Amino acid sequence: MTFNIYDFTSFTTWIDQSLNSLMSPTLALITEMVIIGVVFLLFYAVVGLFLVYAERKVCAFMQNRVGPNRVGPYGIFQTIADFIKLLMKELVYIKDSDKLLFNIAPFIVIIASFMALSAIPFAKGLHAIDFDIGILYVIAVSSLGVVGILLAGWSSNNKYSLIGAMRSGAQIVSYELSVGLSLLTIIVLAGTMQFSEIVEMQSDGWFLFKGHIPAFIAFVVFLISSTAETNRGPFDLAEAESELTAGFHTEYSGIKFAFFFLAEYMNMFLVASIAATVFLGGWMPFHISGWAGFNTIMDYIPPFVWYIGKTAFVIWLMMWFKWTFPRLRIDQLLTLEWKYLLPINLVNILLMAFLVLMHWHF
Amino acid sequence: MKEIVNLPVSKPEEEEYHINMGPQHPSTHGVLRLLVSLQGEIVKNLKPHCGYIHRGIEKMCEKDTYPQIIHLTDRMDYLSSHINNHAVCLLVEKALEIEVPERVQYIRTIMDELTRIQSHQLWWASFGMDLGGLTCFFYGLRDREMILDIWEETTGSRFLQSYNCPGGVMQDIHPNFQKKVHVFLKTFKKKIKDYEKILSGNVIFEQRSKGVGMLTKEDAISYGITGPSGRGSAWSCDIRKTEPYSMYSKVHFNEVLRYECDSYSRYMVRMQEMYESMNIIEQLIDNIPAGDYAARMKAVIKLPAGEYYQRVESARGELGVYVVSDGNKTPYRMKFRTPSFTNLSVLDHLSRDMKIADLVAIGGSLDLVIPDIDR
Amino acid sequence: MNSFFKYFSDIFHGVKSLLIGMSVTGRYFFSPGQIVTQQYPENRKDLQMFERFKGEVILIHDANNQHRCNGCGICENNCPNGSIEIISARVPGEDGKPKRIIDKHIYHLGMCTFCGLCVKNCPSNALGFSQEFEHAVFDRSKLNKVLNKPGSSIIKGVE
Ligand code: SF4
Ligand code: SF4
Repeated sequence: MTFNIYDFTSFTTWIDQSLNSLMSPTLALITEMVIIGVVFLLFYAVVGLFLVYAERKVCAFMQNRVGPNRVGPYGIFQTIADFIKLLMKELVYIKDSDKLLFNIAPFIVIIASFMALSAIPFAKGLHAIDFDIGILYVIAVSSLGVVGILLAGWSSNNKYSLIGAMRSGAQIVSYELSVGLSLLTIIVLAGTMQFSEIVEMQSDGWFLFKGHIPAFIAFVVFLISSTAETNRGPFDLAEAESELTAGFHTEYSGIKFAFFFLAEYMNMFLVASIAATVFLGGWMPFHISGWAGFNTIMDYIPPFVWYIGKTAFVIWLMMWFKWTFPRLRIDQLLTLEWKYLLPINLVNILLMAFLVLMHWHF
Repeated sequence: MKEIVNLPVSKPEEEEYHINMGPQHPSTHGVLRLLVSLQGEIVKNLKPHCGYIHRGIEKMCEKDTYPQIIHLTDRMDYLSSHINNHAVCLLVEKALEIEVPERVQYIRTIMDELTRIQSHQLWWASFGMDLGGLTCFFYGLRDREMILDIWEETTGSRFLQSYNCPGGVMQDIHPNFQKKVHVFLKTFKKKIKDYEKILSGNVIFEQRSKGVGMLTKEDAISYGITGPSGRGSAWSCDIRKTEPYSMYSKVHFNEVLRYECDSYSRYMVRMQEMYESMNIIEQLIDNIPAGDYAARMKAVIKLPAGEYYQRVESARGELGVYVVSDGNKTPYRMKFRTPSFTNLSVLDHLSRDMKIADLVAIGGSLDLVIPDIDR
Repeated sequence: MNSFFKYFSDIFHGVKSLLIGMSVTGRYFFSPGQIVTQQYPENRKDLQMFERFKGEVILIHDANNQHRCNGCGICENNCPNGSIEIISARVPGEDGKPKRIIDKHIYHLGMCTFCGLCVKNCPSNALGFSQEFEHAVFDRSKLNKVLNKPGSSIIKGVE
């Protein structure tokens, strides 16, 4: 077995083969599933905790503060401490709430983001499942989360929660369109929906540069609408704390609140990885065709680092948005989508199709 | 006893429902309770319930001597504590016909304007936060810190200074005072540009505040909306101009008026007023005359029997102090006309048929301070 | 056609204003030198309060454990909150006549609003403010303090 941080294919095949040689194929499959599940669970927790910490640090620096600095060096264990605190908190029982839905809602939200994570390629040969309709799958699955939010709002028996959930419903239904259409623009350019192929195609330049103007517009639109889809500020109307205290999760406490919290950050991670994969080449190093020397240097950086770096950049952009802008109002939110983003997107797809037909892309 | 607390706002129409904003709610800035009846997200009716932080300051004043009353006025509108002190002192001095030294007048005016600036800074911070721009909050507080430090050095406290006393001020200004004020003015002139970049010109902010909460000049007058909120409706109601006290008749400054009559114009009035206040301080700070920092007062201050009224321009509007004296060392009756209480009354009128988010924006643009409402 | 251009100029101006706003937060993000936070418990050693800072009322004692208070009770009368209680005693003076001295100068920190009237009105300037600001205690009764130190006496010649 050769373990290679530049290509995980041999590593995963080795695991597959050794498992198969040890046990029956069915058992091997089940073991693989369990391993992947556990790995994802750990990854999910680590990334979630780290993102919460990162967000607090980023916003602190933007606000001229130091941010968490008490627990551990530079406060890196702050979120772990918070998490332990949340675990130990009482789960408050809400009078007259719809108990079943109330308990189910956080799981729906978290499962949706969990499922979407499985299709993301983290490095060469390092993805749980490589659908040939990967993008479609991710869009479909990640929008399931809104069901959880609606249920949470409805079952809490709280008017603030209900208003928050209704806002969230209207918001996600409309912004789903823009996310889909902006990804469609790139699909037109790439000619495939499979993530691995999309990444491979960007070996000689990222789609953001290959598709120049329309790809750039699509990138901006994707950033805006995915920020809206993850319920992050300036589009955090569903939890607008100055209006609705905490919106749809007002009544949640303890670990159930933590689930919502974690899911929000994982959704952010998810859309950032999609943006990184589709527009910025995923784990593919930065290549400029013709500059062989430069390209080999870039190849020395492991793909996983590239992937994390790009994702972190997009996440940082989204945090930057959140900590700069005031919140929109619900009607302005819908105006932005239906009067600006959607028409721009439609024209943009046409432009991209034209570009591809004329072979004007790089 | 009749049930007061749960009195419905009106007979609920079909599909109308009530929510309680407050007493614990992030955007009411304190313990104010707004009983809002909504239709979807549209505010149909609104009824403020106050009294959650009522401390009976007016009644307490009746047992306190005039110098003692000062420390209670700090705690009404805690963001313009100097100005509240000033109002009571002016009233006592007027009643006793005392001429305060010129140095005191300079110091008081500078302190008042510093108060106005820091109050507007905090308002800017919390208005930004109401609209969801959390970063504004920290920028506002950061810059306000400089003024608090200046105060701490001279008066000994950061927030509730009780610095004025009948006849003058408690202590002379600190030797560093002038230098520090200069540093502050220089720094803040740069930082206020950030305020404008991050909020004033921002397209989202303009959308959220322009055309929201229209208050016509007629309405402003009939509701008695004073201060920056009234001047945002083009009502010229600045006491510093109409009835100048202390140094205000001798310095040059503009009364800021805006004609759009919406939340945005109220916002712009306050932004402009910060510049005007800095302008006033600049005219005074280098010319503070030498002299006593307090006039000689009798050990026991007794106002001659009669009624007295004094008004000043606090950071949120007209602050009136009314005293009935029976010749004793404590007032017979004391009444404060506080600006926030009057300004609250217009909230219902402004937010009808607007969205919940607009209600928050309007509440923020009126700059309510809850202890000022309840006293 | 006009509204067509307005549509695009709106987008342009909107995006521009957003970018201007982002430039501010971005600038602060990359200049951590401008952080203003005070690291409070760590900077305890070099945390210098201003000399006039009203931390708590104290009775100023000199090196010989002597103060200037003669127990006249003016501070008690001037306090708007009743935070000061003066308990005076009578002792025979040098000339044989009974003399008033301070027995206990009781100060209720929990009721003090730091108005400064007691300090200002004390005829013999016996009171002052200390810069101590860490007042948190677990028991409210600890906030009731006796200001004259045990064994202290009045400075000769100030009564
Ligand atoms: S501290 Fe001053 S005012 Fe108070 S009793 Fe002593 S001498 Fe009198
Ligand atoms: S500072 Fe004011 S409240 Fe405190 S003890 Fe002195 S007089 Fe009383």
